Amino acid sequence: MFEAIAFYLFAFLTITMFFITVTTSQALYALTALAAGMIFISAFFFILGADFLGAVQIIVYTGAVMALYAFGMMFFDTTREVKEKQGNKYIIIGLSTLAAILVVVIFATPMVSENIVALYPAIEGVGNTQEVGLVLFTKYLVPFEVAAIMLLVAMVAGIVLAGKKMDLSITLMNDEDLEKEKNKKVLS
Amino acid sequence: MEIGLNHYLVLSTILFAIGLVGVMRRKNLLLLFFATEILLNSVNVAFAAISHYYGDLTGQMFAFFVIAIAASEVAVGLGLLIVWFKRHGSIDLDSLSSMKG
Repeated sequence: MFEAIAFYLFAFLTITMFFITVTTSQALYALTALAAGMIFISAFFFILGADFLGAVQIIVYTGAVMALYAFGMMFFDTTREVKEKQGNKYIIIGLSTLAAILVVVIFATPMVSENIVALYPAIEGVGNTQEVGLVLFTKYLVPFEVAAIMLLVAMVAGIVLAGKKMDLSITLMNDEDLEKEKNKKVLS
Repeated sequence: MEIGLNHYLVLSTILFAIGLVGVMRRKNLLLLFFATEILLNSVNVAFAAISHYYGDLTGQMFAFFVIAIAASEVAVGLGLLIVWFKRHGSIDLDSLSSMKG
């Protein structure tokens, strides 16, 4: 009973928040609504018993991703109203519904054909976090390490792209260029 | 009233449709990024629900990897967006069509 109430309440809240995100013309409203929607999404993970995933959702999405967007928005002119693309509304809605139904079919086909077997069944008597750790560091160790390297590469890419004068290499420059670069006034 | 797997899949579909509408009607690249976050999150809900109802942890694992990919996508995407904004002074999609294709 309580599960049903929680599900419908959070479903309504999530859909409302994400709807605001895609329809509002103010970038700041979109950011706030998206952050709220992310927190409401984590409620589904707690209902489903995936406690660790819910905590990660809050920390990574509302902690890291939203903060990154908030800092990124300081670079852009976000105060003016966002212009929308003038397209055919019916084509847009029809195509999105079609693609969404396609996603459901992709998820539902193995269930209908009933050949799903739990490869890594839930372990009895341990909490969700311990289960996740047991599976993540045995069966999914290599993808985990690859994800770590991917995050490192993304961090380096973010610093190089957003940093000032990161496209210049001091080691590859000769001395005159270095002097010139030193005397040059810092732009912007 | 029992909440089953289908409820979660329908919710995931609705969220995915909202995200797709956002991707198709937005012109501002920053808001396009927001819409892609909605898409990734809706799939995460479906993964967690399937993981719960089939007693299998693989769904949760994939949700973790999706979150990692989303985080790195934001870092690289925002960096590229900042470079583009410094160069052109606008993050509209129309300013990207310099090849007039």
